[in-house]
Amino acid sequence: MSEEIKFKIDGKEIIAKNGQTIVEAARENGVYIPTLCNFKGVKPKGSCRICSVKVNNRFMTSCTTPASPGMEVYSNTDEISDLRKSIVELLFVSGNHFCPACEKSGNCELQALAYKYRMMVPRFPYSFKKKGVIATGPKLLKEQDRCILCQRCIKTIKDVEGRRYYAFRNRGNKLEVVMDEAMSKTISDELAKQAMDNCPVGSIIYKEIGFAEPIGTRKYDKKPIGSDIETN
Amino acid sequence: MSKKIIATTSLAGCFGCHMSILDIDERILDLIELVEFNKSPIDDIKKFTKQVDIGIIEGGCCNSENVEVLKYFRENCNILVSLGECAIMGGLPALRNGIPIEECIHEAYIDGPTVKLNEEKILPNDVELPMLLDNVYPCHDIVKIDYFLPGCPPRADLIWNALVALITGNEMDLPYELIKFD
Repeated sequence: MSEEIKFKIDGKEIIAKNGQTIVEAARENGVYIPTLCNFKGVKPKGSCRICSVKVNNRFMTSCTTPASPGMEVYSNTDEISDLRKSIVELLFVSGNHFCPACEKSGNCELQALAYKYRMMVPRFPYSFKKKGVIATGPKLLKEQDRCILCQRCIKTIKDVEGRRYYAFRNRGNKLEVVMDEAMSKTISDELAKQAMDNCPVGSIIYKEIGFAEPIGTRKYDKKPIGSDIETN
Repeated sequence: MSKKIIATTSLAGCFGCHMSILDIDERILDLIELVEFNKSPIDDIKKFTKQVDIGIIEGGCCNSENVEVLKYFRENCNILVSLGECAIMGGLPALRNGIPIEECIHEAYIDGPTVKLNEEKILPNDVELPMLLDNVYPCHDIVKIDYFLPGCPPRADLIWNALVALITGNEMDLPYELIKFD
């Protein structure tokens, strides 16, 4: 089997390496497919469904589907855009995403996706959750009502011995991501900032500094998410 | 073309969205050519004197008066626009959602760290006061809303572009930089 795979996304020819997923191949070929739970260096699990595409007329999550020769992938169609928009809307109403009062506003991936898909108002009713804030650690606080349970922090924030700082607690609708209290006391500054950056929403917040960047200079103020990848 | 008639109100809002309407600067002179204001804090008309084309709602519904005014607007406006985050999702007032009303009132009038002058521990109880609702509700939970303009406040250009489109009947041209939630 050759090392190179050729397939098409929205009619554009994509050249992928053998074993690459659709999302990775698309990214390398200048096609942006949005991701939330999928993150560089983390084994993809396809749980948020935001990367859904149509492959040979079936919905598939592009972060878990390997590229294969000759496949016809559709990503940027009205149907798929509306599906992704509805996922963003569901995430918005299932937590408390008060953008005006959030430190992450402007640098938030969920918000940026809402901008990209032009969410003016979610089509679903708001749930107004009250899970509260855990702010016992010295450097980081965890705003549970903003958490979308993507597991990025669980999988990427580890100490030198590979122990995880974050873990799941409870099950079902009580499920939440919490930080290990003992370990939270010793987290380095650098890792704490990385935890905030890796969080796609404003759930993990670095304490004491907030709203430092003025409106207009933040990550997604002027350019939509994915515009650094897209080449047309 | 006869002038379109506009009405505005601020429910559980901070008047920031109204300030943002004024932020259209000198275009307000063009606006006056295009529209006539009816019930609005801008001209201080208290009651609708005729059927209105476009009603602009700032703020969500946190008490019985807000609900009444909102329904009054729905009855008298052909198009209703939710302007700003509070009208769309409750906004900052909705941070109280999930906290019992009693707790909120006690915090505000008795237990709060800034309460100094209420030694008799009186809670507001005048019959004239509107009743607080259990939660702060987005406007579209109460009545049908036709258009939504997000932002805290919505950018003046967003309001301008949307309003001109509604007045002239053209499609709204809302570029990426104008649609923001903060």
